[in-house]
Amino acid sequence: MRYSRSSPGTQAVRLYEPYKSTLLRNPDQPLIFLPHTLSETTGPVYGHGEIAENDNDLTRQHAGEPLGERITVSGRVLDDNGRPVPNTLIEIWQANSAGRYLHQRDQHPAPLDPNFSGAGRTLTDDTGAYRFVTIKPGAYPWFNHHNAWRPAHIHFSVFGRAFISRLITQMYFPGDPLFAYDPIFQSVPDERARQRMISKFDLETTQPQWAVGYRFDIVLRGPEATPFEP
Amino acid sequence: MSAEKIPTPSSTVGPFLHIGLTDRHSLTHIAGPKVKGERVHLKCRVLDAEGAPVNDAMIEIWQADADGKYNHPDDPGGASKETFRGFGRAATDEIGCCEFDTIKPGRVAANIAVHTNLAGVAATAQVNAEAHSLPSEQLEEHKLQAPHVNLAIFARGILLQLYTRIYFAGDPANDDDPILALVPKERRPTLLAQPDPSRRHGWLFEIRLRGEDETVFFDV
Repeated sequence: MRYSRSSPGTQAVRLYEPYKSTLLRNPDQPLIFLPHTLSETTGPVYGHGEIAENDNDLTRQHAGEPLGERITVSGRVLDDNGRPVPNTLIEIWQANSAGRYLHQRDQHPAPLDPNFSGAGRTLTDDTGAYRFVTIKPGAYPWFNHHNAWRPAHIHFSVFGRAFISRLITQMYFPGDPLFAYDPIFQSVPDERARQRMISKFDLETTQPQWAVGYRFDIVLRGPEATPFEP
Repeated sequence: MSAEKIPTPSSTVGPFLHIGLTDRHSLTHIAGPKVKGERVHLKCRVLDAEGAPVNDAMIEIWQADADGKYNHPDDPGGASKETFRGFGRAATDEIGCCEFDTIKPGRVAANIAVHTNLAGVAATAQVNAEAHSLPSEQLEEHKLQAPHVNLAIFARGILLQLYTRIYFAGDPANDDDPILALVPKERRPTLLAQPDPSRRHGWLFEIRLRGEDETVFFDV
């Protein structure tokens, strides 16, 4: 079995000058092409025992409710042949509605929210579907360049079926005016690939008098079809 | 390529990965006392282009058991070994280090994979040299790989995780390993963990992200 490999431009440029931290932390030498063996096409398998109640509802992890715009983020995890990826672990983390992370290294002078930790996890179901309830994170400043602001985003970590299908990405919200100025978002050259990182407003999953729904489907590398497969 | 087929691009984990990934869900004790195999206390250290420790990285490792089997449905005979999953992850500390208690993996087949299809039926797919279109993907049939731990590095400034492999210095199987053979000889030492005499069962693997003695990273 072989896994698909990315087409030019559809993944980030590793050494991307506008994003300064890339320059000290990525190799100078070309990567060495690695044929896929079982070491690459297998990966950790997770079970339901590892998910606790409210792990997928970031608004119910404390005594009170967090401040901010309550939202749901739901979608499916699929491979690049359109096949669902069931029972796979998704982990998310994010800033609060003021744009502050509950992290000692975050020095942004915006308030912490005692009712928001900003971390969640869930498993996809048999159809690859998942759902989180959370609040919309705020934009926040960083030190990459003068007046640098990150567009609002939720970090997503997904395992998939193989060690090489592992994906850590960031989910953005539609229409963010900061996209054009964000070197992390812009580091992916292909416009269609960049669009993959932007969630869509979804009236269908929006719950009346309760929460705005966003849809975010995640596409992982999958096994290439072989003549041996039925 | 049609738009639906484009995988979601990877992005950096950023500097605050700990709240989502390692504060509550790091995995450093990979092999319990009941797991068969030679004990390995693996210490990894990550350095940047200037030799400065990278104190906000996450390392994930994935390895076979002592018999060279992965705990995964696609590895014949490897699945559902409850005692050993073979996966670990940890954040690096202030000096760029993280540690794992594990066992030395056995030798894994180089080129045989059984793909369990969606119906749950194991379809034998012998991925051999003829099935590959690129010459560099040709691995000699039925060859075994030397013991190795697969490793991925995530960090601020790393937009797409870097993959490498840890081999064990002095293992005679290294000389015959089909993947090491793809690496220029002078760079192979960057893939070798060295015995760490300061600690029982200790092994040390240094990762240099860029610059002098840069670690070999793989295009997977």
